[in-house]
Order: sequence, then C-alpha cells, then structure tokens
Amino acid sequence: MSLTPGETPGGNAIVFDRVTYAIGGRTILEDVSFGVAAGCTKVVMGPSGIGKSTILRLILGLIRPQRGSVIVLGKDVARISDEERNDLRQRIGMVFQNGALFDSLTVGENVGYSLIDHGHLGLDEVEKRARYYLELVGLDADRLLDTLPDELSVGMQRRVAIARALASNQPAIMLYDEPTTGLDPASVETITDIIVRLRQEMKVTGIVVTHEIPHALKMGNRFLFLYDRRVAFEGSSEDLAESTVPELAEFLLPFKISVANAFHSFTAEGNEP
Amino acid sequence: MLKNLLYSTQSFLRNLQDLALFSAQMVAAVFRPPIYWRDVYEQTYFAGVGSLPVVLISSFFAGQAMALQFARQLAENGTVTLLGTLMTIAVVRSLGPDLTGLVVAARLASGYTAEIGSMKSTDQVDALTAFGTDPLSKLAAPRLIGLVITLPLLTFVANATQLIGGAIMAKYVAHVSLSLYWSQVRTSMVYGTVLIGTLKPLTFAFIITFVSCWKGFRSSGGTRGVGRATTESVVIASVLLLIFDFVLTRVIFAILGW
Repeated sequence: MSLTPGETPGGNAIVFDRVTYAIGGRTILEDVSFGVAAGCTKVVMGPSGIGKSTILRLILGLIRPQRGSVIVLGKDVARISDEERNDLRQRIGMVFQNGALFDSLTVGENVGYSLIDHGHLGLDEVEKRARYYLELVGLDADRLLDTLPDELSVGMQRRVAIARALASNQPAIMLYDEPTTGLDPASVETITDIIVRLRQEMKVTGIVVTHEIPHALKMGNRFLFLYDRRVAFEGSSEDLAESTVPELAEFLLPFKISVANAFHSFTAEGNEP
Repeated sequence: MLKNLLYSTQSFLRNLQDLALFSAQMVAAVFRPPIYWRDVYEQTYFAGVGSLPVVLISSFFAGQAMALQFARQLAENGTVTLLGTLMTIAVVRSLGPDLTGLVVAARLASGYTAEIGSMKSTDQVDALTAFGTDPLSKLAAPRLIGLVITLPLLTFVANATQLIGGAIMAKYVAHVSLSLYWSQVRTSMVYGTVLIGTLKPLTFAFIITFVSCWKGFRSSGGTRGVGRATTESVVIASVLLLIFDFVLTRVIFAILGW
C-alpha cells in the first residue's frame, strides 16, 4: 500500500504503511502494512514476542519505525512535532498490559488524571466524570474513588485502567494490550463486554492485542495475525474461518479450536462476522 | 584483555554521552511549560524537611569529631586558639557541603532512582507519555528544582550544626573560650570561603538529580534491574560529588588567586 503524505485512505483511523521496526539488531516487524477503519476493532494475534505490543507502541509514538509510516488520524506519528504528538496522544486511550495505574495516586485521581493535567475542569467536575467512567466499567465509585491501586484486584485494576483511558477526552481510538491476560473467567467476560460495548455503542476505533482467542472473536470485527515479522493474515471473522494459512491454523491449534469451529461458535452466539 | 578494555572504554564513553544528553534535556524540561508546581512543592518538602533529621545528626557528630582531631593536633603545636578558624575553613569549604551532599545523595539518589525505575518497569512512565505528559517535566524537573532549592539550605544548616558541635568541643575539651571561637568563625567567613561553600551544594544538587533520574529512566530488567540501578546511582553520585569537590575547589582557588 502506498500513500501520499497526509492521506488517510478509505476512512482508516490507523494505517501502517510498509513499516519496519528493529531493535538491538533484531527485526521485530518487517514491511508491515494494514489499516484499521474508523469505528472498527481490530484484534492482533500471534505468538509471544512477535511484535504485537510493538504495534501499539508505534501508534502511540513511544518508538519509531526504521522504515515506513504509521499514520494515526491523518498524521504520521514519527514525523510530527512533539507538541502535535502529545495532542494526538490525548485522542488515544491506552490500556497497558498490567494496567500501569499511577500507584501514588488514588483510583479517582488516576481516572481523572488526564482531565486534571490537560483539562480546565474544576475538581468537582473531574470527580463527577471519574465516577461516571468508573460506573461505566462496572465499578462502585463510592467505594473505590479514594482507594489506592494496590488495594484492588488485578481485574479491578484493569477496569480502572480502561476507565482512565476513556476519561481522557473521550478518545477516538482505544488500544488494549492483553486486556484479559491473567484474569479470572468472570473478569475476562466483564472486560470483553466493555470492549464490545465501546465498539458497538460508542463507535470507538480499537486495536486489541490478545492471546485469549475465544474472547478475541467477540472483541473484534477484524483480525490480524502476525508471523515471522510480517502480516500472515488480515480479514474478517468469516475470512478467518475460511483461511488456509498454515501458521494461523497451527497457532489456533493449542486452543483446541479449529479456524472453522471458531467461526461457527462465534456466529452461533448470534454475532455478525 | 585489550579487547575488554576497549569495550569497557567505549561503554563508559557511551554512558557519559547519554548522561550529558539526558542532563541537558532535564534542564530544558525545567524551563518548558507546564511546570508541575504541586510536584515541585512535594519534592522540595521531601528533599528538605525529610533530609533534615539525618543531616542534623550526622553534622553534629561530624563537627565534634573534626574539632577533636584539630584540637589534639593544634594543642601539640600550642596553637589551639586557632580552632575556630580551622573549623570554619574545613566545615564551610569542605566538610559541610561534602557530608551533606553524601548524606543527601545516599537518601535521595536511591529514592529517586527506585521510584522512577519502578514506574518505568510497570509502564507508568509510558502511561504518562501516552496521556500526553512529558515524563521529564513531571518526574525529573520537580526533583531538580526541589534539590537546587533545598541542598544549599541544608548545607547552611549542616555548617551551623558542625560549628556548634565544634564549639562544644572547643569549650569543654580544648578549653578555648567560646567568644574567641565564634569571633574566629566570623572573621574566617571571607568571600572566597562563602563562595566555595555555596557553589558546591548547588553543583552537588545537579549531580545528584541528574545521575539518579538518569539511572531511573534507563533502568531495565524488572525489580533486579531497579535494585542494581539504585545501588549504581548512589555510588556514581557519591563518586562524582567527590571528584567535583576537588575540581571546584581547584578552579575557585585559581580564580581567587589562592
């Protein structure tokens, strides 16, 4: 895919255009190209260490590609000024793998962090919004607002992290790095439902990096499989069911789900491909 | 062996370059808005008020120990009445800034590195960046401002405490009158002595914050890496303090023509 600088083809909120990223002499991503349409949630799958989280870091501009462009909301993240990049980041919500809550701040201060740091709202309004987003992710704001993150379970910390990402100026894009890894089944269901709701009701564009394959099918409506530094598969869940990519089939095998069964399970629950 | 030496030298120079660049970025962050005044206040309080007890205790006993050493030697030469002069020169020019710098380096360098390193290892630093906050402005600049304000003040308090400790030894051990002791302290506070005694803590504040924040931001390898970085931070800051102690003294002496 070749782009004119500044172009965001086909209404894509995020575009990777022939991106290559290497670190310490090791190439992580090579000539990777894909797009994420506005309002869509793309699930990125692949073996551990393949570069899934690297994709999220490239979108945020935490790292820069050696070649190619990462275009987010029409801006090449690596080539804009620091100020423009910071402005862009305020339109992106990121949920880190371990939550990355600020452990010296209370839950309320964490959720309202971006509003306090960048907004011009009074503390009462910040608290009101923090309560709203905590309730949105199914947490009791009255009980948790003044607690510290290390007093919460891992599942609750993840939900606070989602609330914090949402509270930052109602982001156009949400990035989730292994949002359900290591959680109990009930928490996995809760967080999966939150991500689905954000996609369906709030039309937020999303990228989910996950190993949780059964729930991945629920979270996203487009799928990307990385293998050997490149995109081995990209498409819808229907394409996933019909794919003959051997590496993808091998990847899905340990989950005791064949590609076809995964699709049938998904559609049997009434989900659209 | 030559290969190892070459590799070590290259590594040392790369680290030195990285530290220099990081330090310049930290200073730039101090002058770049926004300034996080709440964090500046918290760090100033933590550095100043928090370090006061350990500075007072260490200075009081160090002053007395120094006075005992001087008194013994001066008594042998029959010049024990010069104790006030000698204590002032030693304390204000050297012992005061050095001891305070080392005590504060041990306390704060380890704290800063551990806190920033832990934040880095748990992605909190990246989270700050993801929210559009510059981590240097939020974490490093307040610490630099806080210590630049407090270390000279702590050194002043340390100097006074050491001289008081010295006065106690002067009266009760060396049998030197207090009026003579304090009059010598006053007359020994010449311009050059005060200049050295002020420039050193300012320089040490920069060194401690640069090294400790640099080590924190560059740490890796989880808790073990943070632990290693914390130890290295204290060692590097302490050694640099002593090196710059000599360099500053030498330079200022040359400027003053001493």
